[in-house]
Amino acid sequence: MKRRAFLAGIAGALAVPALPGSACAQVNPLDPNIRAVTKGAPVRPGKVRLELPQLADNGNSVPMKVSVESPMTEADHVRSIHLFSERNPVPRMASFHLGPRAGRAEVSSRVRLAGSQRVTAVAELSDGSFWSDSAHVQVTLSACMDES
Amino acid sequence: MVARVQIPQQAKRGEVIEVRIVIQHSMETGFRHDDVGRLIKRNVINVLSCRYNGAEVFRADLSSGIAANPYLQFYTVADSSGEFEFSWVDDEGARGSERRSIAVSG
Repeated sequence: MKRRAFLAGIAGALAVPALPGSACAQVNPLDPNIRAVTKGAPVRPGKVRLELPQLADNGNSVPMKVSVESPMTEADHVRSIHLFSERNPVPRMASFHLGPRAGRAEVSSRVRLAGSQRVTAVAELSDGSFWSDSAHVQVTLSACMDES
Repeated sequence: MVARVQIPQQAKRGEVIEVRIVIQHSMETGFRHDDVGRLIKRNVINVLSCRYNGAEVFRADLSSGIAANPYLQFYTVADSSGEFEFSWVDDEGARGSERRSIAVSG
């Protein structure tokens, strides 16, 4: 019985850290960096798709692709896409400004990541709404930390 | 600054074309130190824009969060023959630009 109780306790302790992780998937609208872009407007999850590798050997160059579901017409298009880092010394990584002439709302680049973290992409649509997606990257060798 | 740009030379009208650009630049973060321990000043390409026949179709505001030798891939609609002009500027004010022409048929 003692052993069973102990195992149950361990299982409980292991299960708890998983909860904040899933809660983090939501964008915190009070984050000052995100607020600077949204000006307090609500940010909803969806429409945006941020693709990053789950595991990056070297944080100095991590391939990133962000795309947004949008017909990209004059009436309904993506105005801009902003990238935010949780742990980089500069949280606002990049902003891409698109328009109806882009044809497809997709941008790829390579980013620097100072350690394992969650990266968030926020897209502003032509109707003024904000949508987001985030991805967690495990970084083995951080950028900005080594002197090489 | 050396840059490589890839766009199709020909396209059909209305076709969504892929644009790729990579610029040779260290994208110095401003967080690294040199051999004697002095901080190396931040020097990144902070803005890059792409104009298609004079009208801006894409602009990127970059920071030290973008890897050295910044690479960007994006899309645009080929609507008329003409010229793409890419231009960028870094923190020290150094400018670079590239031009490519495209023939649009149909």
